[in-house]
Amino acid sequence: MDPTLDLLYRLADDQLILGHRNSEWNGLGPILEEDIAFSSMAQDKLGHSLQLYTLLHELGEAEPDTVAFTRNAPQFHCCQLTELPIGEYDFSLIRHFLFDHAELLRFEALADSSYEPLALVARKIKGELKYHVLHANTWVKRLGTATEEAITRMQAALEFTLPYALGIFETTAAEPEIISSGLFIGEEELQRRWEESIAKVLAQTALTLPDLRLLTPVTGGRHGQHTEHLQPLLDEMAEVFRLDPTADW
Amino acid sequence: MYGSASTHDIPTQAATGLENEDPILLAEFEARIARGEKIEPTDWMPQLYRKQLTRMIEQHAHSEIIGSLPEGTWITRAPGFRRKMAQMAKVQDEVGHAQLLYSAAETLGKTREQMLSDLVNGKSKYSNVFNYPTPTWADSNVISWLIDAGAIVNQMANAKGSYGPYCRALDRICAEEAFHLKYGHDAVVHMATGTPVQRKMMQEALNRWWPAIMTFFGPSDKMSTHTEILMRWKVKMATNDACRQQFLDMYVPKIWEIGLTLPDPNLRKNEDGVWEFSEPDWEDFKRVINGDGPCNAERIAVRRAAEENGAWVRRAMQQPQARYVRPLA
Repeated sequence: MDPTLDLLYRLADDQLILGHRNSEWNGLGPILEEDIAFSSMAQDKLGHSLQLYTLLHELGEAEPDTVAFTRNAPQFHCCQLTELPIGEYDFSLIRHFLFDHAELLRFEALADSSYEPLALVARKIKGELKYHVLHANTWVKRLGTATEEAITRMQAALEFTLPYALGIFETTAAEPEIISSGLFIGEEELQRRWEESIAKVLAQTALTLPDLRLLTPVTGGRHGQHTEHLQPLLDEMAEVFRLDPTADW
Repeated sequence: MYGSASTHDIPTQAATGLENEDPILLAEFEARIARGEKIEPTDWMPQLYRKQLTRMIEQHAHSEIIGSLPEGTWITRAPGFRRKMAQMAKVQDEVGHAQLLYSAAETLGKTREQMLSDLVNGKSKYSNVFNYPTPTWADSNVISWLIDAGAIVNQMANAKGSYGPYCRALDRICAEEAFHLKYGHDAVVHMATGTPVQRKMMQEALNRWWPAIMTFFGPSDKMSTHTEILMRWKVKMATNDACRQQFLDMYVPKIWEIGLTLPDPNLRKNEDGVWEFSEPDWEDFKRVINGDGPCNAERIAVRRAAEENGAWVRRAMQQPQARYVRPLA
């Protein structure tokens, strides 16, 4: 695939799928304020994915609604981290922390992309992601220093989620060209910055960051290989849209 | 969203307890209200006023949070980006209203935790319309348009009431509900003027919801003889019948205008400008509000699960030794 398309699909699909998952917290948050916060972040992520699908459309791909609502799992390029069910709040919070640290650094780097339309969009998106990271850090610090119960839960969630989070940085065949053309700094450099960034926050808690070199990343998402959770998510998302794809809803 | 449908159990005059109140303070209180002044949390108020307002605001808050559930299930299924994002924002507003209203109710002395506990234990009620199912996307649109429209009629009236914190919350809520109404109307118009599949789905949803909409404002005032004192204290600002008439006058013509029909052969406006309609099934209404509706158990079960799953987070936040985190933004 063309390196620009390859990169944009990965970015857009991540945002769409995690936005969808975050929206499932409606009515279920541990406190009302978290219902509202997860909804805000979900709305931002949906908006980010729409902007990125719009860039794809400008490059000749189908309309954003068609791309988002009619593809099946093997045609999606999101990392598997984003598609996992919301689980309990500890998992959703840790996923949000690990993912959004990577996303903020990613879009800060993309603000200097050689592909100007993407750089412009990234400058807007990174400003919003700053608040997602602020939210994640506040809660991770709070729960990661509170009760033994909370610390135990958060540590378990961290250990469960980290292998999936390493899958964020899975590369495709287009990676060398993505870097050489100045589109993006590349996943390896992003992962290095991410490790520093999450370690700094976790150091302010009672949580322990395991040695990442000893973990096996869960990969496949960038190549259309997904968990059993993605297709049911897509079927649900498209349930109404597919009733009559010609209709204006 | 809210209707007065859940606040019909007003005490009889004999049980008001007013004879135990200081007559001088009571007279001053009533004079202030008559002058159009607002009552604030630290002001003196009769026990009955405090009790009725607490119950009313609490039920309103519960209605917002329970009401977000049937609409929330359509966030993940909304067709297309535009609707998905709007549906999310709309439902988020409803949860935000709950947050505002629980805060307003707390000024009267009952904690949010106690109110939520009473909700999941069935001690306090919420608007009865949310005990009905929303089997299609069109049902969700009908709620967004017409239930929110009903809520605005009710809340615009109550925003002129006497209790300051509730009035201020309602002013903010009404401003947001006005957007929901536009969103709901836009979605209904698209369906009603769309493909045969869409038109059929919308008409069926409207037929399903009409009986519940007709009960939204509560039983006829003829059936409730105890509203006088609450009207005098500006706790209740408009009668159920007046709200229902206003709603019919504003929205029936709009429904007919877009080619939809309503499943009541007796619905018409008479020469005096009063809407006539078939009397709703109040026995069924009472049965549902008392717990035997199609979705009562499910709504409470979902809320209870959320409370139980989140309990560890609330315990962690209440730890006095937890490190203080400065609010950053």
